[in-house]
Amino acid sequence: MELLDYAFMQRALLAAVLVGVTAPAVGIHLVQRRQALMGDGIGHVAMTGVGLGFLLGTSPVWMATLLSVVGAVLMELIRWYGRTRGDIALAMLFYGGMAGGVMFINLAPGGSNANLTSYLFGSLSTVAPSDVTAICLLAAFVVLVTLGLHRQLFAVGQDEEFARVTGLPVRALNLLTAVTAAVTVTVAMRVVGLLLVSALMVVPVAAAQQLGRSFATTLAIAVAIGVGVTLGGTVTSYYQDVPPGATIVLLTIAAFVVLTALAAPLARRRARALAAAPPAGDPAECAIPATRAADGAAGV
Amino acid sequence: MTDGENTMDEQGTTAEGPVIAMRGVRADLGPRPVLRGIDLTVRRGEVVALLGANGSGKSTAVRTVIGQVPVTAGVIELFGTPRRAFRDWARVGYVPQRTTAAGGVTATVTETVASGRLSRTRFGLFRRADHAAVRRALELVGMADRAKDSVQALSGGQHQRVLIARALAAEPELLIMDEPMAGVDLASQQVLARTLEEQVSAGTTVLLVLHELGPLEPLIDRAVVLRDGCVLHDGPPPKAVGQHSPKLSTSSSSRGCPQPGHDHVHPHDDAAGAGPIRTGLGLLN
Repeated sequence: MELLDYAFMQRALLAAVLVGVTAPAVGIHLVQRRQALMGDGIGHVAMTGVGLGFLLGTSPVWMATLLSVVGAVLMELIRWYGRTRGDIALAMLFYGGMAGGVMFINLAPGGSNANLTSYLFGSLSTVAPSDVTAICLLAAFVVLVTLGLHRQLFAVGQDEEFARVTGLPVRALNLLTAVTAAVTVTVAMRVVGLLLVSALMVVPVAAAQQLGRSFATTLAIAVAIGVGVTLGGTVTSYYQDVPPGATIVLLTIAAFVVLTALAAPLARRRARALAAAPPAGDPAECAIPATRAADGAAGV
Repeated sequence: MTDGENTMDEQGTTAEGPVIAMRGVRADLGPRPVLRGIDLTVRRGEVVALLGANGSGKSTAVRTVIGQVPVTAGVIELFGTPRRAFRDWARVGYVPQRTTAAGGVTATVTETVASGRLSRTRFGLFRRADHAAVRRALELVGMADRAKDSVQALSGGQHQRVLIARALAAEPELLIMDEPMAGVDLASQQVLARTLEEQVSAGTTVLLVLHELGPLEPLIDRAVVLRDGCVLHDGPPPKAVGQHSPKLSTSSSSRGCPQPGHDHVHPHDDAAGAGPIRTGLGLLN
């Protein structure tokens, strides 16, 4: 494999694998909480971090990490306290973040929107050696959190109220999920790009759900898909000279379509098996709405 | 008030303090007062049913006990500790009202039930005993053969059994259930009644919100009937069902609750049992 001879490709492939593992690992928790678009929001806020990084001459990756963590925590706080105005506040956060990024990068000496493009849509040649260190550290954090706390995160995502009654620190865990998602966004930023990160958090999980019956297998399949498409997309991007982020996302969606097509006959067979052996006590189900209706009629 | 109830002579009540003690509890949902001064005591080993019509505040009362609805006045104690300072949640098993809403990702029966064991683990690390407890909880509700199935594939009754197994996985001393029989098929109702009976005979204290006594009736030591956020009746569960008598409209002023023990009627006081309480429950059936 001649592409491994290039140092920049080695870095890009390493980053791709880390993205392929971390994005679905966090994404499955976001999908479980029905916050699938959170990654997208964080990506917008991270743009301000990239712009600030250029303006202040610091590493855009670390600056983006800082800003996206702040953004994610704000989003979580808005979810707690915001009621009817919550979505408006989120919209301001998203678009403020994007506008801030464009503004700061244009203020930076010699900066223009061209600098921003590689962060928005990903690029292979720009993964610098210093980025690799940052990406490795951040990915290690994400893997530690999602593996180490998988039972707690699962419990909170499945039934938040029940999780509180078991004494879990639900607020802290929700904040940690938000922070982990923010970190993942910056891990994926260099390869996939800020605007496409969210796809890699959500689509592999959606694809894996077509096959997996348990949370654990769904996660395993999603990570396998994630690594497959990020590696495949990176290699394709090298040989065909197409942008890596777009290639990876299109591959992920293709994987979703293929798995859905494969899963449909599987689901039909499962349904037939269930129909052949109806669960006991089915006839009684009809009687219950009837008594309830009577209750209602009695006006109690 | 509790002294009065002791004359009912339940077995199993000892000198120990109550498992749940609510005194003068008030709670609002938005601008509307839902609880207007509730007194409720559940002693160790007791099975108490909280009854009442829709909107009477019975679910809210239970949710104040587990800290999910803020209290505007009054005192709640769990195992003798003020609720706010209570941390020993592994002693409490909670079965929420079953909803059709589920997480966005499939999960198996075992994975769901394992969540209930977290309170007994350190940092969420499962040991062999924890896996065994999860398996035992599934066997208790007769769902061991469905352990690897997705919860989405279950019927309403089977799903309810899974939620009860989740609460039992922590081996709690107190079970709090919100309408465990709602939308549950007859076969599952019988399984649930049997499971609960085993728990009760093992010494578990139970507080359950019910719409009707149903198959759980023989298990219930005491019924507390709420109406408009006040305790209307606190005593043995009414036996007769299906009678018609509409006179329910005398008590309960618009603001606070009437003094407990004064204007409500204990069915065991009158032998014939034509009291308004019993007929109120008749409507519920």
